[in-house]
Amino acid sequence: MGIETYLEKTPLMPGLDWVVNWGRKYSIWPVTFGLACCALEMIVTSSGTWDISRFGSEVFRPSPRQADLMIVAGTLTKKMAPMVKRIHEQMPEPKWVIAYGACACSGGIFKTYNVVQGVDQILPVDVYVPGCPPRPETLLTAIIELQKKIGKETLADRKNVRFIREEIDERIG
Amino acid sequence: MAEVHPAVKKIQGKFPSSAIEATTFREEVNVIVPKKDIFEICRFLYADPDLQYHMLTDLCGVDHFPQSPRFEVVYLLYSFKANDQLRLKTRVGEGESVKSVESIWKSANWLEREVYDLFGIPFENHPDLRRILLWDGYEGHPLRKDFPVEGPDFDKPFVPEV
Repeated sequence: MGIETYLEKTPLMPGLDWVVNWGRKYSIWPVTFGLACCALEMIVTSSGTWDISRFGSEVFRPSPRQADLMIVAGTLTKKMAPMVKRIHEQMPEPKWVIAYGACACSGGIFKTYNVVQGVDQILPVDVYVPGCPPRPETLLTAIIELQKKIGKETLADRKNVRFIREEIDERIG
Repeated sequence: MAEVHPAVKKIQGKFPSSAIEATTFREEVNVIVPKKDIFEICRFLYADPDLQYHMLTDLCGVDHFPQSPRFEVVYLLYSFKANDQLRLKTRVGEGESVKSVESIWKSANWLEREVYDLFGIPFENHPDLRRILLWDGYEGHPLRKDFPVEGPDFDKPFVPEV
């Protein structure tokens, strides 16, 4: 796809990975997007008290095309699911997903006909944050965990990302 | 108290053939009216100069599943002139429809759509009878007593249509 195709077999690859991951993990831009009460905890994480900008993630983008992190904060109803999936598909690669709160992780207390039993049924989730709602500190922890995860990625894994997504879609659907 | 309530007395005078049943519970008057007369009684309660029930506070459905007739539609009316609340109830069997009161109170539009959505009771002469809460193409009416809370396809993976 890009430069990684040519550098994959060379000793330059780890260095390139390190530089790119360093740039990516300290400027994760989340998409402005909240579904339920957990969204208030997400909003307050960006306030002065908790200050998400210490971790480089304060730039909440109203457009999914400028974002690379989706924080699914709140209960995902089946009526809302197509819109959430569409927002996720509009985000450019590379992109990550945090399932924030018990409802996003597993459906939470809502074992009902109208709630998706965990957003991992429709999205590839990277970090799960339990709690009802989770404290803002846990979102910061999730972002730190995500930074660790991004640090371990290599560009070589991401070059076939479109095929990986198709595989995931096949497995889910 | 129900017998001396002015609205109940007026309905009984105006609709002598209609067998209405009025009870009082904690100073709230409940009037059970037959389904065929619900529209005329509502219009009378709205238009009568002494009563003027100009506000439809709520309209909802009830499912008494094993009983027959199965459903009940409840109208909660309020009169600013008399500062009085009145609760009308009408019993509806499965598969039967009720006359819409949308032409009397505009607020009934969405309330009747909600009852239609969640109980499956159709309303005659409703201008826009579509589902209001659940999405288009949903099968079933979740507030019915015989509807499983988890939904019929709880075990299957959920695939949204994008």
